[in-house]
Amino acid sequence: MPSYVNPEKCDGCKGGDKTVCMYICPNDLMILDPEAMKAYNQEPDQCWECYSCVKSCPQGAISVRHYADFAPLHGTAQPMRGTTDIMWTVKFRSGVVIRFKYPIRTTPEGSADPTLGGKEPDPGLINTNQLFTEAVEGKEPAKPKEVLNKKFEVGALGKTLKIKTA
Amino acid sequence: MPKIWTYNPGLECAEPEIVEKETDILIVGGGMAACGAAVEAVRWAKPHGLRILLCDKAAMERSGAVAQGLSAINTYLRENTPDDYVRMVRCDLMGIIREDLSFDVGRHVDDTVHCFEEWGLPIWKKDPNTGKTLDGAEAKAKGLTLKGGAEPVRSGRWQIMINGESYKVIVAEAAKNALEGYENAEIIERCFIVRPLLDANEPNRVAGAVGFSVRENKIFIIKANAVLLATGGAVNVFRPRSIGEGKGRAWYPVWNPGTGYAMLAQTGAKLVLMENRFVPTRFKDGYGPVGAWFLLFKARATNAFGEDYVKKHADELKRFAPYGEASVIGTCLRNHTMLIEMEAGRGPIFIHTEWALEEAAKTMDKKEFKHLLAEAWEDFLDMTVTQAALWACLNAEPDKVPSEIMPSEPYLLGSHAGCAGGWCCGPDEDWVPEEYKAPWREIGLYNRMTTVKGLFCAGDTCGACGHKFSSGAHVEGRIAAKAMVKFCLDHKDYKPTPKENPEDLKQEIYGPWYRFEQYKNATTHYEVNPNYLLPRQIQDRLMKIMDEYVAGVSTFYKTNKIMLEKGLELLKMLKEDMELTAARDLHELMRAYENRHRVWTAEAHLLHILFREETRYPGYFYRTDFPELDDANWRCFTLSSYNPETKEWTLETYPYVQIIPDPLGP
Repeated sequence: MPSYVNPEKCDGCKGGDKTVCMYICPNDLMILDPEAMKAYNQEPDQCWECYSCVKSCPQGAISVRHYADFAPLHGTAQPMRGTTDIMWTVKFRSGVVIRFKYPIRTTPEGSADPTLGGKEPDPGLINTNQLFTEAVEGKEPAKPKEVLNKKFEVGALGKTLKIKTA
Repeated sequence: MPKIWTYNPGLECAEPEIVEKETDILIVGGGMAACGAAVEAVRWAKPHGLRILLCDKAAMERSGAVAQGLSAINTYLRENTPDDYVRMVRCDLMGIIREDLSFDVGRHVDDTVHCFEEWGLPIWKKDPNTGKTLDGAEAKAKGLTLKGGAEPVRSGRWQIMINGESYKVIVAEAAKNALEGYENAEIIERCFIVRPLLDANEPNRVAGAVGFSVRENKIFIIKANAVLLATGGAVNVFRPRSIGEGKGRAWYPVWNPGTGYAMLAQTGAKLVLMENRFVPTRFKDGYGPVGAWFLLFKARATNAFGEDYVKKHADELKRFAPYGEASVIGTCLRNHTMLIEMEAGRGPIFIHTEWALEEAAKTMDKKEFKHLLAEAWEDFLDMTVTQAALWACLNAEPDKVPSEIMPSEPYLLGSHAGCAGGWCCGPDEDWVPEEYKAPWREIGLYNRMTTVKGLFCAGDTCGACGHKFSSGAHVEGRIAAKAMVKFCLDHKDYKPTPKENPEDLKQEIYGPWYRFEQYKNATTHYEVNPNYLLPRQIQDRLMKIMDEYVAGVSTFYKTNKIMLEKGLELLKMLKEDMELTAARDLHELMRAYENRHRVWTAEAHLLHILFREETRYPGYFYRTDFPELDDANWRCFTLSSYNPETKEWTLETYPYVQIIPDPLGP
């Protein structure tokens, strides 16, 4: 069932107000059973296997058993995502294991500065075609090198169709 | 309660609380375009104290099409001109695009990529001393930046390679920091906006939108001066090739149900080129990307017998001149040659990863080759983990065996290699022809505004402007946001007055749950009930209709007038039945509206295919009654609009104006 939860590792995020997998799933699939204090995937055939829950689970309780309709059992890809890198362990059905490590970001978490240095654009430039960064830098957006502006007078012009539906 | 009455609800529905909000700018969506809009809107809104509200159906950190990550940025111009970018887009989309919109994306997009790099996205570079590849972290350590002039690693003329597992996390972080750092902005996550609100006093004027929380029983009625539809494309409108669990493994994200297209139609906004679809050829079943394999690793694809099918059918492609003879032939035409082989029974189609890696190994030492293999795996692990795992499940080692590739089920979208969406205004500049300004003369020329006053589009919802990809969607969100600030300043005195009252909206929005409560006891099993259908059942019927009548995979993407009319008849009944959807919990309520959006999108798609009497995109779909590409009659836009009062669709043609001179392609 695409992503699945290991009941021995899942602690229901200790009943905190934010169950991490439930918070992060882009498709609203992960859900906490408050009695069992375990999470589960409530609609496995709508799982994109995007691994957002797998990567963010603080207990490492979530894995993926790939789509039954085309993936033979026992092949896996399991990540360990840190603050600057991600490590992948890929296990083949045959038992062969390969590992990879890739960078994921070059700045500290939380540091992305939306102002790109703090300079504000001149509000008077709202009527120009400059984005705020371009306005700050005084950069003039390009115009076409040569303009043809040729209108195509084709046969279907003037054609319409009206259809009533529900 | 005995067992037969039980079911397992998620977060249970209850009588909802009505939350009313008022804002100047409402951003619907949380993906790349919405994040771009957030960052840009705050900078221009701040001096005037304008309010901004962003509603995301999911959590911004991992929402939208880039949630999983990406291994490349597909639009970065650098040494190329925006003029050539327009040529590339127009050639791939078979000669009909809004060149003013594409040019606008092309001239700004590098700036947005430089922002990503500044925020922390690792971008591969070429080592200036050795010419070898450095990953994004190594490049950063050496002080190499795109803005500083460093050379990226191109996988194609427009694409650059990245270490993009956290692409969306980084871009969302900047957007959230922008909104959270501004006292007049607010973010509501897990808020699914499901339909627009029109103004009671001013015709053709958006007044806001309505949605609900998928976490608590709350309805949000949001009044706004300007609304941005920055939602995604439409997925699983057609029956997919994998119909079990694998239904979730759509190529585009399975959570994109065409919300923006549906909302555009419901307001009466004009849609453009809704016949356009994308049928990506990808690694079979896992839908792993082929771009890096074809462009970076130089892999070749063949039929079962080792024949290069594109070369083999060079004469066939002449039928589709000039598009079939361009320097880089259109994506749909490459599909077309592959489909000829598949229909003739000469599949499977293979991508020869083993030949490509064998070739590469000749010029490399062991260590370099190992690094190359790691790069090949990263291409999947960054953005389509399933494909890497599928290789592992199948014991397929890419340096030893080829893999199968296959054209997928159809998707509708406006930012990848497709161009369905809203008919929007472009930049108000002297080089833009009057034809692309006239529709907005009455309501105002605001960049990316639809034909409904105050309603804007960016990303997948903005039509006739494809090949934006992640970076182009982000920059288009920025373009739209700046125009929206200007719009709000020009319409300061506007008081949004929705047509409907809050109580009626509550009854309507929670209708599927009320229906469930009303009828649930008419059956011993909640899934089979004569009074309602569940969202999943609506979707199953929709996917079947679209697949069988509207050129899905089961007819090899072929249809004709009679098939389409039959499909429309069935779709009309589905649309009626859709009003009888029931939902037992908040998750299902979300699905109920997602599937409504799919049905609306499907209807527009069908009508446009019916209207365009030619085969404009061979390889994506065929009108068997009009099998030729007919430039003399049909090199023009198709527009549609729905009249909510008369419930009538009007389809019309609109002239295409070529702005950028020939050649057709770059």
